[in-house]
Amino acid sequence: MTDLTELGVAQIRDGVKAGDFTAVEVAEAFNANVAAAQEALNAFIVATPEMALDAAKATDAKRAKGEDLGKMGGVPIGMKDLFATFDVQTTAASHILEGFKPQYESTVSQNLWNAGAGMLGKLNLDQFAMGSSNETSYFGNVISPWRKAGSNAQLAPGGSSGGSSAAVAARLAPAATGTDTGGSIRQPAAFTGTTGIKPTYGRCSRWGVVAFASSLDQAGPMARDTRDCAIMLEAMAGFDPKDATSLDMPVPNWEELLSADLSGKTVGIPREYRMDGMDAEIVALWDQGVAWLKDAGAKVIDISLPHTKYALPTYYIIAPAEASSNLARYDGVRYGLRDLPEGANLQDMYAATRAAGFGDEVKRRILIGTYVLSAGFYDAYYTQAQKVRTLISQDFQKAFEECDVILAPTTPTPAFALGENVDDPLSMYLNDVFSVPASLAGLPAMSVPAGLSKDGLPLGLQIIGKAFDEQGVLNAGLALEQRAQFTAKPEKWW
Amino acid sequence: MSVDTATVAKIASLARIKVTEGELEAMVPELNGILNWVEQLGEVDTSNVEPMTAVIPNTLRLREDVVDADPLTGGGKREEVLANAPVAEHGFFGVPKVIE
Amino acid sequence: MSTYRIQGATGEWEVVIGLEVHAQVSSQAKLFSGAATEFGAEPNTQVALIDAAMPGMLPVPNKECIRQAVRTGMAINAQINKYSRFDRKNYFYADLPQGYQISQLYHPIVGEGQLVIEADEKAGIPEDKVIGIERIHVEQDAGKLMHDQHPTMSYVDLNRVGVALMEIVSRPDMTSPAEAGAYVSKLRQILRYVGSCDGNMDQGSMRADVNVSVRKPGEELGTRTETKNVNSVRFVMQAIEHEAMRQVDVLEAGGKIVQETRLFDPNTGSTRSMRSKEDAHDYRYFPDPDLLPLILEDDFLEDCRNSLPELPDAKKARYENELGLSAYNAQVLTADVDTAKWFERLLAETAKASGKAPAEVSKQAANWLISELFGALNKLGTSLEESPVTPEKGGDLLALIAKGTISGSAGKQVLEIMLDTGDEAETIVEREGLKQESDTGAIEAEIDKVLEANADKVEQYKGGKVALFGFFVGQTMKAMKGKGNPQVVNEILKAKLG
Repeated sequence: MTDLTELGVAQIRDGVKAGDFTAVEVAEAFNANVAAAQEALNAFIVATPEMALDAAKATDAKRAKGEDLGKMGGVPIGMKDLFATFDVQTTAASHILEGFKPQYESTVSQNLWNAGAGMLGKLNLDQFAMGSSNETSYFGNVISPWRKAGSNAQLAPGGSSGGSSAAVAARLAPAATGTDTGGSIRQPAAFTGTTGIKPTYGRCSRWGVVAFASSLDQAGPMARDTRDCAIMLEAMAGFDPKDATSLDMPVPNWEELLSADLSGKTVGIPREYRMDGMDAEIVALWDQGVAWLKDAGAKVIDISLPHTKYALPTYYIIAPAEASSNLARYDGVRYGLRDLPEGANLQDMYAATRAAGFGDEVKRRILIGTYVLSAGFYDAYYTQAQKVRTLISQDFQKAFEECDVILAPTTPTPAFALGENVDDPLSMYLNDVFSVPASLAGLPAMSVPAGLSKDGLPLGLQIIGKAFDEQGVLNAGLALEQRAQFTAKPEKWW
Repeated sequence: MSVDTATVAKIASLARIKVTEGELEAMVPELNGILNWVEQLGEVDTSNVEPMTAVIPNTLRLREDVVDADPLTGGGKREEVLANAPVAEHGFFGVPKVIE
Repeated sequence: MSTYRIQGATGEWEVVIGLEVHAQVSSQAKLFSGAATEFGAEPNTQVALIDAAMPGMLPVPNKECIRQAVRTGMAINAQINKYSRFDRKNYFYADLPQGYQISQLYHPIVGEGQLVIEADEKAGIPEDKVIGIERIHVEQDAGKLMHDQHPTMSYVDLNRVGVALMEIVSRPDMTSPAEAGAYVSKLRQILRYVGSCDGNMDQGSMRADVNVSVRKPGEELGTRTETKNVNSVRFVMQAIEHEAMRQVDVLEAGGKIVQETRLFDPNTGSTRSMRSKEDAHDYRYFPDPDLLPLILEDDFLEDCRNSLPELPDAKKARYENELGLSAYNAQVLTADVDTAKWFERLLAETAKASGKAPAEVSKQAANWLISELFGALNKLGTSLEESPVTPEKGGDLLALIAKGTISGSAGKQVLEIMLDTGDEAETIVEREGLKQESDTGAIEAEIDKVLEANADKVEQYKGGKVALFGFFVGQTMKAMKGKGNPQVVNEILKAKLG
């Protein structure tokens, strides 16, 4: 019998439907992998094997009755611990929310359960999704299943969706939810040889997702390939009247309309992304990507996104500013941690609770955000950043007058070692240099595994599309995927 | 612009995060590093540019004035609201006594 | 110009007053959640997940709250901003679960407007005065803390969190406590007419932050203080009086006024500094990224405008000009929207039942309501709202008087019985035999008898002693046991006496 954990979303869905195996068998197989890898990889904060089994039983029962199994029928998934799940601890990987059991379910997770998916557990992440390596989690680092050839050094699975990327890469889940604020789906996907797409801002409801930066946060799927992402995104997306920024548009049949034929399409190559001192392997991969897309029938042109270099500083004003306000609710009054020193008054309690509850990176960003919004600095920092953001968005609009999608690397380097960047926040921030611009403009963007570095680590290519054109992004991703033939997977050491 | 220990202490107080002297000292160069870096935005000419208000062009949708139309956004759920409270008594949240 | 001055040791001082009135928008559900807004519920029972600021909860604005703010703006002839935005005002307090209040700083929904306070000589307002209104914005209310339930804890009730408020910000155009009082009353009157706020100040539906400064006449504006949450017209006036005096005392003693937030104590009528809010404010306002710009469409504005009722100033003018009421009566009847509504129903019923035009019975209806029903209700300790006499019953009664079926004095009797029993006017008239005689033949017969029995007096009358006319009327009414229609009696007597 095949190892069910080697199967992806489409294969599981189709196999369960065809009766090749039961949903319960699938859930049991993944539950076993989750349990076996937990100590070594620390991908989950909480495992919920019973929930995966219950969902699987429900799917099997439906099949017995001949009912529709749903888009994700029989597929167990990992849930990033940023999504509120009913009565299951939801922490955003922060001590301040330890023990918090929401009495509600996020729209996206509910959509997935409605589509027949089951939950394997809550996945580890950077605390409040702030980080690019998963090292800011209160619940310990996630260890990437990947290792450099001939080395046992622990590598970062990327962040903030590092539990998600590690789980999919290590076959602990066929797919997982991620959220992307400045690259938190794409960068970890690139680091782990997995596929992830951040849809257009507003496609997936933010209701019930612990907020980091409201104008940037967007949920998306992380899976083994493009088709699996298309299936899962269809299940996650959709208009939600509870989110005022939700897009009131029908969800297209992305899976059905997948096509790797790019005839008539134009791909833009942004010259500003070709930076001085860029890793030669990354440049070579990018050139290879150009060749693949030409091979798929696309025309390739040079484009210019002149404000690219300002994207990261813009992001590091806007995201912390929004975060400083979004995280004010963690005050020890209604849920989560309360630290009440002897004789403390209300305001002392706030300060003590937040000092004890938030990690260093979260504090750093709250302080930056508080500073840039404070009296006298607001216009110079925040307003200026929102103006530059307009310019960045206009750059994309102009570029998309000439091309349909943009091809770029996902990250400037392959996965780095844990601990390598922790002492220098700025060099850590630079990891998101290629992913942040699309976030600032709210555009759909995905990362597709496209090759291995000389050390045997995965490298990703990024496709950025027009607003609402997830199909164009997925199709270009599929064209790359078919030509890259990326089949590498981490050698099991855990 | 750069921040000094007193400024960082003031920001931390505004953000209600208690910091020790040692933490303050460590934060000053870190924050200055980040602030100096983001200040390169000042070189962009934005004189005729509107600040972004909606990342995807969209206008605000309004809700009808109906009580508890959707249980997820309605009231009447005291137990759920208090379920995770560190201190809840007699249907209230409890906090250290406030003197106004 | 107001002549209000504070007489200090160093001379006269002027007072400059601006008010920020918080008015609770009349809506079923809260501004950003579907929880109910009803007053007086059990603690934390009207709290949605977003009101408790649960992680990941998002605001979606209530259309009715937006509509009411726009209608209110229209009622004060204000600029309505088709583009507005919600901003976050960030601060930490136990009554503010999100750690920020969603408000509108940079782009409020309503811009510059105004209202007129009427001249009131007695109160020291010599003529009508226009008070500028800078803006109205929509924002969330905060929760409630209770400090006296537990020895070491305060209790937090979030029922009010997220209830929609309109913050109505006046220009510093008022210069006396009386003007400020008149402004709050006028604003309350308009809000109640529009229906955008119930104006229940004792339930906190309307409260004012009072900004006061003093200066020597002609000098620059002084430093102001802000006294928070003053919840009656009388208290607003008291707070200003006290605060202005205090400032004068401080300044004359060589001190300086500190710009600060103060609290009004209704028991002593004084204000004191609020220690808990002393710490330097830096609200770090920025546009709420959970909410997009609010764009008002033309047809929405059209609907708002079409739904506006006749406003108090226009109604008062109409009562005077079209219904011929005295300025005083028009003022009394339009002071509150409920009274005006009651009066208009009464007028319609009276006109219908008597078959006369409203303008013909308007004075009668106004006088009856003001001098008879109000007095009677007052004696009973009840209100118009709870009156056992409905406008329909009142109209029937007034029609009986207007048609001459009963006399005015019998009408008084009927009203008393009606208040007691709730019976219909006709039933009472029948039962009590109060119908007056209007039949000219019957009256003529009685008059003839009276004139015959008093031939000497008839002679004297004809000889010029016209004051005797009253005597003949009296005798006739006496003979008819008070039921003769006095008008008919008068007419016939006049004819007979020549």
